[in-house]
Amino acid sequence: MKWFDYAAPDSLEQAAELLARYPEARPLAGGTDLLPQLRAGKRTTPLVVDVKKIPELSSLTIDEKGALTLGAAVPCYRIYEDERVCARFPALAELASILGGIPIQGRASLGGNLCNASPSADAIPLLMAMHATAETWSTSGARSIPVEDFCIAPGRSALAPGELLVSIRIPALPPRTAAHYLRFIPRNEMDIAVVGVGVSLTLSDSVIQTARIALGAVAPTPILATEAAASLENQAPTAAAFERAARLAQQVTRPISDMRGTAEYRRHLAYVLTRRALEHALQAAAAS
Amino acid sequence: MSTQSYQVIGTRPIRHDGVDKVTGRALYGADIQMAGLLHGAILRSPHAHARIRSINTSKAEALAGVKAVVTAADFPPTGDRIVDLGEGETPLSYIRGNILASGKVLYRGHAVAAVAATSPHIAAEAASLIEVEYEPLPCVLTAPEAMRPGAPLLHEDLKTKEFGQQTDRVSNIAEHFRHSLGDLEKGFAEADIVLEREFHTATVHQGYIEPHNATALWNNDGRLLIWCSTQGAFVVRDTTACILDLPVSQVKVTPMEIGGGFGGKIPVYLEPVAALLSKKTGRPVKIVMSRKEVFEGTGPTPGSFIRIKIGAKRDGRFTAAQADLAYEAGAYPGAMVGAGAMTVFAAYDIPNVTIDGYDVVVNKPSTAAYRAPGATNAAFATETVVDEIAEHLGLDPLDLRLKNAAKEGTRRADGLKYRRIGCVEVLEAMKAHPHYRAPLEGANRGRGVAIGYWFNAGLPSSCTISVNADGSVTLVEGSTDIGGTRTSVAMQAAEVLGIPAGSVHPVVVDTDSVGFTAVTGGSRTTFATGWAAYEAAQDVLRQMKERAAKLWGLEPSAVRFEGGHFRASGHEISFAELAARLAETGGPVVGRATVNPRGVGGSFAGCIVDVEVDPETGKTSILRFTSIQDAGRAIHPSYVEGQMQGGSVQGIGWALNEEYFMGPDGEMRNSSLLDYRMPTALDLPMIDTQIVEVPNPGHPFGVRGVGEANIVPPPAAIANAIYRAVGVRMRRLPMSPPNLMQELWKKS
Amino acid sequence: MQKKMHVTATINGEVQEFLCEPRQSLLECLRDILHLTGTKEGCNDGNCGSCTVLMDGRLVTSCLVLGPEASGAEIVTVEGLARGRELHPLQKAFLEQAALQCGVCTPGFLVAAKALLDREPQPSEQRIRWWLANNLCRCTGYDKIVRAVQQAAAELAATQGGMNRL
Repeated sequence: MKWFDYAAPDSLEQAAELLARYPEARPLAGGTDLLPQLRAGKRTTPLVVDVKKIPELSSLTIDEKGALTLGAAVPCYRIYEDERVCARFPALAELASILGGIPIQGRASLGGNLCNASPSADAIPLLMAMHATAETWSTSGARSIPVEDFCIAPGRSALAPGELLVSIRIPALPPRTAAHYLRFIPRNEMDIAVVGVGVSLTLSDSVIQTARIALGAVAPTPILATEAAASLENQAPTAAAFERAARLAQQVTRPISDMRGTAEYRRHLAYVLTRRALEHALQAAAAS
Repeated sequence: MSTQSYQVIGTRPIRHDGVDKVTGRALYGADIQMAGLLHGAILRSPHAHARIRSINTSKAEALAGVKAVVTAADFPPTGDRIVDLGEGETPLSYIRGNILASGKVLYRGHAVAAVAATSPHIAAEAASLIEVEYEPLPCVLTAPEAMRPGAPLLHEDLKTKEFGQQTDRVSNIAEHFRHSLGDLEKGFAEADIVLEREFHTATVHQGYIEPHNATALWNNDGRLLIWCSTQGAFVVRDTTACILDLPVSQVKVTPMEIGGGFGGKIPVYLEPVAALLSKKTGRPVKIVMSRKEVFEGTGPTPGSFIRIKIGAKRDGRFTAAQADLAYEAGAYPGAMVGAGAMTVFAAYDIPNVTIDGYDVVVNKPSTAAYRAPGATNAAFATETVVDEIAEHLGLDPLDLRLKNAAKEGTRRADGLKYRRIGCVEVLEAMKAHPHYRAPLEGANRGRGVAIGYWFNAGLPSSCTISVNADGSVTLVEGSTDIGGTRTSVAMQAAEVLGIPAGSVHPVVVDTDSVGFTAVTGGSRTTFATGWAAYEAAQDVLRQMKERAAKLWGLEPSAVRFEGGHFRASGHEISFAELAARLAETGGPVVGRATVNPRGVGGSFAGCIVDVEVDPETGKTSILRFTSIQDAGRAIHPSYVEGQMQGGSVQGIGWALNEEYFMGPDGEMRNSSLLDYRMPTALDLPMIDTQIVEVPNPGHPFGVRGVGEANIVPPPAAIANAIYRAVGVRMRRLPMSPPNLMQELWKKS
Repeated sequence: MQKKMHVTATINGEVQEFLCEPRQSLLECLRDILHLTGTKEGCNDGNCGSCTVLMDGRLVTSCLVLGPEASGAEIVTVEGLARGRELHPLQKAFLEQAALQCGVCTPGFLVAAKALLDREPQPSEQRIRWWLANNLCRCTGYDKIVRAVQQAAAELAATQGGMNRL
């Protein structure tokens, strides 16, 4: 690994200043993506900025409206060990518990997963389905970016040079709402999603009021399946409705073939997983 | 002998090296620290096939902290000759060429140059500054591709050896051989059913957790000292001496603890390079591979193309069998296809057989042994065809196997006539096992069985045993201990000496301190080094009888040894009591033995597996798994079970997910432990075991090596189980979710 | 500009100071600077678990932690499991169950299993397998490792408040 310097600022101002001064600097949260990338020479940097000492990046709060503000460096274990998160955002807690193995969850954060901007990132489809926003900070001020607009290409985010992800904000779930993330991996753990699907459903009486469907690893960035979601609105949550939505979701995919699966296989999985994720979410929403 | 009762053999003592290994104190190769230590790094080829036009090392040499750079040009000009360094006869140029490429690179990851620097980071950075000008050449990645006329040639001077004769034909086929028995045409004509199927298996890696490493110090007295992770310290000594043109006595190799090998740590990769760097710098140099280097730069086991044809009578009796085996050797000849050919029908007594083997070079890493090398590929093919025949004939798959099972006196097509073997006993144990009869309910679930064979090797082993005054003994051996063999060897000495296993202190030593000992491989250590320990212990007893006789004023022939005591009429003294009186009876007692045993007894292993397939994703889950193996005599049953469980799980990984996923450019796209996907604890159930004991008449305690046969049957058994679960016959490894989904789509 | 950093950390109960390059991982610091070579490197990218240590009570793969990040932290490695000459029940169970063959993954498994039993004294087989899924073993097929963790859990339960905490 090439030499880099290390700094651990304890305020947003200091961090933003460092990032402004060294445009090639890389923020370090859990390091579970960054360090392997630096080691493999996929990225180089003169300066690693450890952001874990910045209070805003390490806090997990739920405001009076029930919205969750998740510091960008909060490691996974703090998410699934937080009783409030488990009660109000169970899908998020479950997601945090499948991101890597236990030692990875001791370090890795959803913010890091988002900033890494991998097409197969597990967190992003679920965050998209949950209407999450990325809250950023730079010397020129704060911004709020919908998660669906955050990734612009494989490994590239909408963050401007010198801009730092501070937190992820997830609005409270309306009543009778549930989200679910489902991925396919060949092993049962320690694997990258071949396809991942995040969904959320809000029920009203006997129909689906709103739905949201996002897919990972089927395009250069995680994508929303808007038409598929729209097809469910005001529909009874039947197997046929889910089948139709899953087929529509499949149509927006633009997968590649690689060592994790062929394009054909990924398209097929997009359908299977969307259907299954909707079924999971329906059960959870009905029970909530 | 089989009725004899043992005091030590068959018990489960704590392994002698255990405490050091659970406290972190055991020293593995990469743990070496030394004053003045430099760190090495290797530059590897980014091309699968290319001519090296030039190498410019000046920028690397100019980097602060860099102490030396070496290339193949730094090897002494030894010329070429045929050598046998433990892996069969090989041109020296192949071994040397694989360590540092000269002229051409033959696979992506082929070592081209190396650097020594004051830190591993600087060494790696310097390696990246070496400028190599390549002329890329077209590459061939599979055996069928490489065998095609007009295929790009890896070695312009490689002439095909055919049926034992050197031909003038230049091709990528290093060798084509044939084994024949009986009259194949007549055999197929007699059959009521003939099935012919084709199979493809991917290249897979042994996947040991510890990467290769070596530290070398070319001392000021001219001696070369090496510390490394190897399955055979003497192989490292002899290979390094050969390549560096040194007498073997000038090289001393200290085998450190080894973090797994499975055959992959027999070849030499780093030691001569570390030695050259040490020679240039006058300092010790340590090189540790990264995981990516392990995947790209060391020997996986061959991918293969296999065609199997079997004919059977209506009652299930096999009348004829034919196999074509084309194995990918990687960059240099030696694809283990010989072993594939000897094992492909090893479980069966078939009167008419022809087996053709092809050793084919391709632009992939030079292959190495992997646990029963060559046998798993072959058994995947044979055992799935056998399953299909059983289905066609409406026979129980184990009954069909029993009907045709090899036994004492069966002659294989390669000429070997079996001595006492346990094939029938293993099949009967499978049939009688509760797992085989247990109901398996639920959709998309199926059960499969298969059997596999591995020879086990003899080869030389040396051992000395010194008697200590406290009644214990120190056992010095040359076999690297990868999985508890210090204990399985010590237990055999303890049994002879009538002392507890804990009273034997086994030590694995360097090449200066023990007689020549071949590799820990071929399931030979408990068998052969155990035999050496047995003989050395007998030597101790002979000498101790003389001492007892001296004490008692008798002829040594009057002294008996029984139940841990030396006895003669009216006299008795325990082993420990006599050990305390050696000084007064003539001085220390040291027993010694060297063996080169011929009585190897092959081992059969079978498995029963239940799977569940998700028909929408193609993912297979292992619900239940039972491994049954003939151990001859289980010295330490826990470690026999451990071999069976470990081999089974490697077989499961090979079956379901593991593969070198190669791009058309010869790049391995999944060269990390994330994407190579070896099984984790969460992917498996408990692995049940049943040890069958059909003692090997060729060993004093009846030992058969148990290290390998267990990996052979799982891929076939899983394929057979998948068929029963979802109705598709898998003829390609791995049976990964996308590959299985392909077949499910074809079916629907 | 290229200056080493001064790090103070508590390692296996003892305060240690060392100098490291920012690019050196905690794993490198433990092994190459502090000579605590019980913690092993198998992949250097967090996918094998051989370098697993406890950092402030949490499991981490030490190859994915930079040395300077350990500043002020409490680290426990395999060398810190035994109490003097008394082995941790997990260490004893691994020996008795023959849960190691080559032994190179063993330190990581022991530290990971200790973290599990410290939190969940009576884990199910499935929970053990889930918890240890980040630790690869290529020799044993995991069967005897799972049994050893079960044995240690039973032993710790029998000797309440015994060895399970440092």
